Amino acid sequence: MSAPTTTTTPSAPMLEVRDLNAYYGKSHILQGVNISVGAGEVVSLLGRNGVGRSTTIKAIMGEVAPVGTVNFKGRSIVGLPSYKIARLGLGYVPENRDIFPTLTVRQNLALGQKQANVDGRWKLQDMLDRFPNLARRAETAAGVLSGGEKQMLTMCRTLMGDPDLIMIDEPTEGLAPLIVKQVGELISEIAARGLAILLVEQKLSIALDISSRIYVMGHGHVVFEGTPKDLAANADVRREWLEV
Amino acid sequence: MGRASSLPLNLWDGATGNWVVSFGTQHFLIKRRGNVLELVLISTLNGVLYGLLLFLMASGLTLIFSMMGVLNFAHASFYMLGAFVGYQISKWAGFWPGLIFAPLIVGGVGMLVERFGLRNVHKNGHVAELLFTFGLAFVMEELVQIVWGKAPVDYRVPALLDFSAFTIFSTNYPAYKLFMLAISLAIFVGLFAMLTRTRVGLIVQAALTHPNMVAHLGHNVPLIFMLVFGVGAGLAAIAGVIAGPALVTQSTMAGLLGPILFVIVVVGGLGSLSGALVASLLIGLLQTFAISSNVSMADLFSFSGFAPQPNTILNDLWRVSVAQIAPILPYLLLVLMLIFRPTGLMGNRES
Ligand SMILES: Nc1ncnc2c1ncn2[C@@H]1O[C@H](COP(=O)(O)OP(=O)(O)OP(=O)(O)O)[C@@H](O)[C@H]1O
Ligand SMILES: [Mg+2]
Repeated sequence: MSAPTTTTTPSAPMLEVRDLNAYYGKSHILQGVNISVGAGEVVSLLGRNGVGRSTTIKAIMGEVAPVGTVNFKGRSIVGLPSYKIARLGLGYVPENRDIFPTLTVRQNLALGQKQANVDGRWKLQDMLDRFPNLARRAETAAGVLSGGEKQMLTMCRTLMGDPDLIMIDEPTEGLAPLIVKQVGELISEIAARGLAILLVEQKLSIALDISSRIYVMGHGHVVFEGTPKDLAANADVRREWLEV
Repeated sequence: MGRASSLPLNLWDGATGNWVVSFGTQHFLIKRRGNVLELVLISTLNGVLYGLLLFLMASGLTLIFSMMGVLNFAHASFYMLGAFVGYQISKWAGFWPGLIFAPLIVGGVGMLVERFGLRNVHKNGHVAELLFTFGLAFVMEELVQIVWGKAPVDYRVPALLDFSAFTIFSTNYPAYKLFMLAISLAIFVGLFAMLTRTRVGLIVQAALTHPNMVAHLGHNVPLIFMLVFGVGAGLAAIAGVIAGPALVTQSTMAGLLGPILFVIVVVGGLGSLSGALVASLLIGLLQTFAISSNVSMADLFSFSGFAPQPNTILNDLWRVSVAQIAPILPYLLLVLMLIFRPTGLMGNRES
């Protein structure tokens, strides 16, 4: 088991979180979290319910006030408003599938773009071509989509903003196996296109498959850091911090 | 110089038994036994007009609430400010420049209030925000009294529109009221088109329910909040400018209308624009019809032959006419709504 040490990535990482603390009222939720994600790297953040994985991501995005160091592309983003953080190229797919229910699927995707009709690596038509379910409902209010479709839509919408690093919070939670597979494929494609990913997951299989590094969180800080191989070999960590 | 004392514009003249439709300095008499159809037509027109005016204000209030979670107690003050600024400009340059510039000025004031007031107070939570808007309403009323005094100012209908547009039976319907109707409708259509057809409108719609998510996509949500607050204040100011000449432009006008706006927003469902429209029209029509009807319990049950003893409380209640209870009807509706359907007609917000 490795204590949080200085990062092992060769050049300065794209996202660097050091000694991050966060509070909800008086409760001290994050107690010195250390993680980093290099350019193009796929990293997973695992842990049981309630250990503070979502709070870590929210603190990085500025949705929860961060105390500590958060650098993105070499500059501090602590205290920046969320929209400025997003404009630096940091994408966020929250865990509750926050689609805009009154807008159509197409409008949801269009609002993913930071400027009207400025295409990045991901184009609206490509998204619709890839996901027939979304294409079929392109002109209907997104509020009627199924859970899996909503998940696809939130991921696609964030991609429309052309981020360089995308943080995805529990994309497969509560989804049927077939949809889980589709979500996994999309994440793989995101990685294949060279984006960096910080993935929060419960399902070990996906995380082990696609990650180059894995962090395990327990009670407000990182308790394990290593490769998927390291984790597979470390039954103690899995028993103590992951398995139910 | 007579003026209708408050919206709506139909008044029952108890002394003569005639209807007096008051409009600025003009009064139109309707004979007591006037055609029922005539009464219904005129009341409907007036009710829809009143409703649309209310919607001009309630729309901004509900948008601001939905987006920022702030119940803006000062919203009706922007309506009052609009009327006074419009009046002042009309004295210098005429009615029409007032119609254009007063809403722009008041909208600008609204943006400043959001940027330098609310945004700072926001950090201290909702109660602080509420108290802030509450205090702001008093400050604005005091300021208006200092500048324009407590008495009503003489805000006049522009000469261009000071004639009667048509006559139904014996009622002359003033052209200015049709103009108010047209402006309110045009703004309603414009607002709707803006919200559904433009990118900014879509971002606003999205921010109504998910402001954080909109920010995570890289949209400048603080700027959108400021714009929406400004536009809301500007819409209320338009209502003030066009209603000012038809009603009484006085520093108390905000206090008179404010509570009704809250009723509308709650009845329609907090944060629901379509709910606000329906509730505005409902209350506009309800109040107008109530005021123009002179039915009392005594009339309704006269056939039964029952009559309470004279000089008793029951007898007094028996003779209260619907017109007399008209002012409390909205609040009655509010109470019923809160009991039977707390989310409002079209609300989906829990808190
Ligand atoms: N808005 C909030 N107010 C107060 N406490 C909160 C709030 N949100 C989360 N918490 C608490 O903070 C802790 C960490 O929550 P977080 O959402 O980060 O957990 P998580 O690791 O993402 O787990 P999961 O998503 O499975 O619940 C939990 O104990 C939770 O109860
Ligand atoms: Mg979580």
